Amino acid sequence: MKKSALFAAICVPAFLAAAPLAAKTLVYCSEGSPENFYPGVNTTGTSFDASEQIYNRIVEFERGGTKVNPSLAEKWDVSADGTVYTFHLRKNVKWHSNKNFKPTRNMNADDIVFMFERQWKEDNPYFKVTSPNHSYFSDMGMPKLLKSVEKVDDSTVRVTLNQPEAPFLANLAMMWASVQSKEYADAMLKAGTPEKIDQEPIGTGPFSLVQYQKDAIIRYKAFPEYWAGKAKLDDLVFSITPDASVRWAKLQKGECHVMPYPNPADLEAMKKDTNVQILEQPGLNIGYLAYQTTKKPFDDVRVRKAFNMAMNKKAIVDAVFLGSGVPAKNPIPPSMWSYNDSVKEDEYNPDAAKKLLAEAGYPNGLETDLWAMPVQRPYNPNARRIAELMQADLAKIGVKAEIKSFEWGEYRKRAQAGEHQMAQLGWTGDNGDPDNFLHTLLGCASAQSASGSNIAKWCYKPFDDLVTKAKVTTDQAERTKLYEQAQVIFKEQAPWFTVAHAVQLKPVRKEVVDFKLSPFGRHTFYGVDLKGK
Amino acid sequence: MLRFILTRVSLVIPTFIGITLLAFFLIRLVPGDPIETLAGERGIDPARHEQLRKEYGFDKPVLVQYGIYLGRVLQGDLGKSMITQEPVLSEFSALFPATIELALCAILFALLIGLPAGILAAIRRNSIFDHGVMGISLTGYSMPIFWWGLILILVFSVQLDLTPVSGRIDVLYYIEPVTGFLLIDTLLSDEEGAFWSAVKHLILPTIVLGTVPLAVIARMTRSAMLEVLGEDYIRTAKAKGLSRFRVVALHALRNALIPVVTVIGLQIGVLFTGAILTETIFSWPGVGKWLIDAIFRRDYPVLQGGALLLGVVVMGVNLLVDLTYGLINPRIRHNR
Amino acid sequence: MTAETMEAPAVAAPTATPPHPLREFWGYFSANHGAVAGLVIIIAVVLVALLADVLAPHSPYVTDTSIALKPPFWQEGGSLAYPLGTDPIGRDILSRLIYGARLSLLIGIMVVTISIVVGTVLGLVAGFFRGLTEIFIMRLMDIILTLPSLLLAIVIVAVLGPGLMNSMLAVALVILPHYVRLARAAVITETSKDYVMAARVSGAGTTRLMFKEVLPNCTAPLIVQASLGISTAILDAAALGFLGLGAQPPSPEWGTMLADAREFVLRAWWVVTFPGLAILVTVLAFNLLGDGLRDALDPKLKR
Repeated sequence: MKKSALFAAICVPAFLAAAPLAAKTLVYCSEGSPENFYPGVNTTGTSFDASEQIYNRIVEFERGGTKVNPSLAEKWDVSADGTVYTFHLRKNVKWHSNKNFKPTRNMNADDIVFMFERQWKEDNPYFKVTSPNHSYFSDMGMPKLLKSVEKVDDSTVRVTLNQPEAPFLANLAMMWASVQSKEYADAMLKAGTPEKIDQEPIGTGPFSLVQYQKDAIIRYKAFPEYWAGKAKLDDLVFSITPDASVRWAKLQKGECHVMPYPNPADLEAMKKDTNVQILEQPGLNIGYLAYQTTKKPFDDVRVRKAFNMAMNKKAIVDAVFLGSGVPAKNPIPPSMWSYNDSVKEDEYNPDAAKKLLAEAGYPNGLETDLWAMPVQRPYNPNARRIAELMQADLAKIGVKAEIKSFEWGEYRKRAQAGEHQMAQLGWTGDNGDPDNFLHTLLGCASAQSASGSNIAKWCYKPFDDLVTKAKVTTDQAERTKLYEQAQVIFKEQAPWFTVAHAVQLKPVRKEVVDFKLSPFGRHTFYGVDLKGK
Repeated sequence: MLRFILTRVSLVIPTFIGITLLAFFLIRLVPGDPIETLAGERGIDPARHEQLRKEYGFDKPVLVQYGIYLGRVLQGDLGKSMITQEPVLSEFSALFPATIELALCAILFALLIGLPAGILAAIRRNSIFDHGVMGISLTGYSMPIFWWGLILILVFSVQLDLTPVSGRIDVLYYIEPVTGFLLIDTLLSDEEGAFWSAVKHLILPTIVLGTVPLAVIARMTRSAMLEVLGEDYIRTAKAKGLSRFRVVALHALRNALIPVVTVIGLQIGVLFTGAILTETIFSWPGVGKWLIDAIFRRDYPVLQGGALLLGVVVMGVNLLVDLTYGLINPRIRHNR
Repeated sequence: MTAETMEAPAVAAPTATPPHPLREFWGYFSANHGAVAGLVIIIAVVLVALLADVLAPHSPYVTDTSIALKPPFWQEGGSLAYPLGTDPIGRDILSRLIYGARLSLLIGIMVVTISIVVGTVLGLVAGFFRGLTEIFIMRLMDIILTLPSLLLAIVIVAVLGPGLMNSMLAVALVILPHYVRLARAAVITETSKDYVMAARVSGAGTTRLMFKEVLPNCTAPLIVQASLGISTAILDAAALGFLGLGAQPPSPEWGTMLADAREFVLRAWWVVTFPGLAILVTVLAFNLLGDGLRDALDPKLKR
C-alpha cells in the first residue's frame, strides 16, 4: 500500500491536474466554519451558506433576486383580512438519508409545524436543543405575530396571525424558516442524541451533506431525488479558507471556483486575470458614522454638519474600499425602492466646516472620541483604517478625535447604550424593505430602547412621523413619497456621516456557468454548472 | 523506584487543580460574552439575554459555577462549545491530530538538521562552519515566526508556485479520517496522489514551526557535545587510540544526548505557542487556531477546556521526560 | 517563544584574581565579535529611537491617500522621498519604522524591568522562607509555565483589553517564572555559602540579607537573562500585535504594522517585509548581546 502511494507520489504529479474525482465538482472557498447546520439559531452568513444547500423553506427567494417563489408550498391562499395563510404543500418531496437515519415518508405538514414549534413553543422537546436562542424568529416578531399553526391534513398547513403583516411571506423565505425532518427529530430524540439533527442534517434540498471537518472542509453530494430535479453539479465542496488573500491565491491556481469577500487590495490583480471574472452587485447595506445626538457637542446640528463637511468621503472610500464600495449620501442603498437621488450631498469643505464649527461656539476646535469596530463587516472592510483617515481629516479643522475600540459584542452593546460620541456601525438589509433601515435604525422607538439599533440616539419628530406612517401604509407609491421626504430631513439633520454602500463582489472562475449573486449575500449552488467537463 | 514515580505523579495534582482554577477564573474575567458577540448589528433584547445567561448557568455565584465545572471535568465532561454546541472534548479530539502531526514533523525536521549541525559544529569548534551554524541558529531563534511564515508563502507559494498556500490537503481528495493523521490516512485510502498532496501541504508549516526548535537543538547539542568532549573519559578514550569517529559516535554522543532530549521535552510548551501562530497563518485546522477563534468569539467552554487539555498534555510530556530522565540517571532518583 | 532557558547560566562566583573586573569583562566580551555586533546594532537602534524626530523624513501618522502603497525607491514607481515605500493609507514606512523603534525598546525594557523586579522578589522570598510560601510560589510558576505562553498572554490581554500597556503586562507575566526560578536557585546556592552564614550569625536581618548580601551575588545571571528577556519580550509583544491584540493602530509598533498591512501582502511585499525585518534584526541583536554577556560573565566557559 505504502509503496503504491509513494510510487504515485513520485511518478504521477502530472495527473494531479486532472481531478481525482471524475464527477463535476465545484469548490467554493468559504470564509469560515459554520456554527452548526440549524439556521434557526444562526445569525452568520457563513452558517447560512452551509445550510442553504441542504434545506428548503415553505417559500423561497428567487435565485439572484428578492421575489418570493413557491418552494415546499406549491401555492397558498391568504384570507381577505390578511391574517390567515393556508399553505398547500408539494407532494413527493423526498428527504435525504444518512448512516443514522433512513426516512420512511415524504415531507408533510408535520415537518412544517415542527419548524414553527421548535422555535416558538418552549415546551417543544427541541426548543433548547443546540440553542434556545432563535434569533431571527424573535427579531422578525414571530412570537407576537403568530396566533396558531395547524395541520389541516398531510399536505395543508394553516397559519393564523394576530394582525396582518405585509412582509410575512418574505420573512418565511429567510433562512431561519428552513424545514427539518420531524421523523428524524423523533428518531434522534428516542436515541438520546437530539443534537444530531443539527450536526448531521437531513434536508429536502438539492445537496446532501457527506462530510464536515471543522476548519477544513464541507463536502456535499447532489441529491438525485431532489424534487426540482438533480443539480447540474455532482459534488460540491466548501474549502474553508479564512484568509482572503489565501482564498484569492487558491482561486488563481484553480484550487477553487468561487470565493466570497475578496480583499479590496487584491481587486486590481483580479481584474487582470483572464481566468477570472468578477461578478458585481450593489449590496443592501450602509456603513456609517453615528453622532451621539443627545450629548454635547453633537446635540447641535451645526456641529454635525461641520463634521460632515470636514471629512473627505471620496478619499476615504477610495482608500479603504478600493473600488468595492460607493460613497453614500442616503441611509438606504441606491438599489432599494424609494431611494431619493435628489438629496444633495454635504460638500467636502474644511474651511466652511471650520467656520460653522466656530459659529456653533467651538472656534478652537474640540476633543471627542471616535469608535471603530474591531472586526471586518460586510459594509465596512476596515473600520480602524477609516477611523484613522477621519481622525486625520478632523485634525485639519482643529478637532482632536481619539480612536477607541472594544471587543465586538461589547462594542455594539456600549454603542446601543449611547456611551460614545462618534461611533461607526452599519447594517445589512434582511428583506429589502426601506422600513428595515429607516425605522429600525433611525426611528424614535429604537432610539429610546437600550437594545435599539439607533445608536445616534436620534429622535426627531418630523422624521419619525413620516417613517411610522409609512410602516402602516399599504400603498407602495404612497410609502415611496413618505420615505423620500424622510431622506431629505435625514440629510438636513445629519445624525450620521453616511460612509459607503459596499458593493458585493464575487470573483468566479470562467468555467463556472450561471452563478447568480444574491442580494442578501447568500451563496446558492443549485442551478450552477461547470463548463468543459 | 515505584516511590519515585508515585511522588512525581502526585506532584501533578496541585498543578492540575491550579490550571483549572486559572482557566476558569481568568477566562470568566474576559469582558463580553458569546451571546452578545453573535448577535452582530441587530443586538439582543436584555430580557432575553438574561434568560439565556440563566440557560448557560451564568447567573449562579462564580464559586458554585467553579464547583460544578470541576465536578464535571473530573467526570471527563468539559462542557459544550457555546457556538457550535458540540462537546469541547470531541472538537478537541477532532482537531488535535492535525496539531500533533504538524508538531511531530516540526520536531523531526528540527532534529534531522539540528543534531548533525550541532555535533559537527562542536567537533569543528571555532571553524567557519561552527560560526555559520551558530549564526544561523541564533537568527532562527530570533525569528518572528508569524512573519517568517508570510515570507515563505510569498516566495514559495506565490512567486515560485512550488507549495500550496494553506490547508492540510487538496480538497478534491476524499479521505475518511481513521487516525486523524493525514500522512497515515492517505496511505490507508486508495486515493492516488493524496499522500503526496498531504506532504506538500506540510512542508512550509513544518519549516515555520520547526525553526525555533531547530535553533535550540543545534545550540544545545553543540554545547552539550563540547562539555562531554572535555571530560576525562573522552580524553582517555582518545589516548587509548580509538578513532575519532568512534569516540564521537559511541562515547560523546550518547552522553551529550541526555540534556538534548530533556530540552526537546521542554520545548513542547513552546511548540504549542508556535502552533497557535503557524496554524493561524496557514489556516491549519488544529487546536491552536481553534483556541484563537474561541477567544475572538468569547466561547468560554472551549477556551477553558482547550487550555486545560493543552495544560494536561504539556504536564504529561514533562512528567514523562522527568521519569525517563530519572530512569536513565539514577542519581536524580535517589537524591530527591 | 519563551525559551530563554536555552542554556541556563550557572551562578557566577565572585572572580578571585582581578586585573580589574570591568576590564577583564570587556576583554572577554570584545573577543566575541557577534556580541560586539549586537551591541553596535542596539546602540544604533537606541540612537534612532532617541533621534526619531530628527531622523524621520515624515510624520509617522500623517496620511495621504494619493500616495498610498508607493514601492521602495529602487523599484519602478518609487521615489527617494519615501525610501522604503508607503503603507495602504500613504504613510511613510521608514518614518513609521523609526518611531516604532521607540515602542519596541520601550516594550523590551518595561517588560523585563517589571518581570525582573517582581520575579526577583518572589524568587528571593521563595528561596529564603522555603516551606509553604515557596511551594505556593513555585507551584504558581509551574502552572504559568504549563500553559502555552502566547495563549496565556492572549487571555490576559482579552481580560485587560487590547493595547500597548496591557500587552506589556501580559508578556511580563508569562516570562515571570524564568526570573523567579533563577532568583530562587541563586538564593538557595548562595545561602548555603559561608558568607551568608557569617552574616546571619552576626545578626543580619532577613531583608537585609536578601537584598544586601545575596542579591548582588546573583546579578550576573539576572543580567544575562534580562538581555535575552528583552528579545523575548519584543517578539511576544509583536506576536500579540500581529494577532490584533497588542498596540493599536495608528501606533507604529512593528507587529501591529505587520498585522495592519497583512492583507496587502500579495500586492505590496514591502509593507510586510520591512517591519518583520526590523523585528528580526533588533531581536537578533539582543540575543547576540545576551550570548556575549553570558560567555563573559560565566566563569565555567572561560577556560
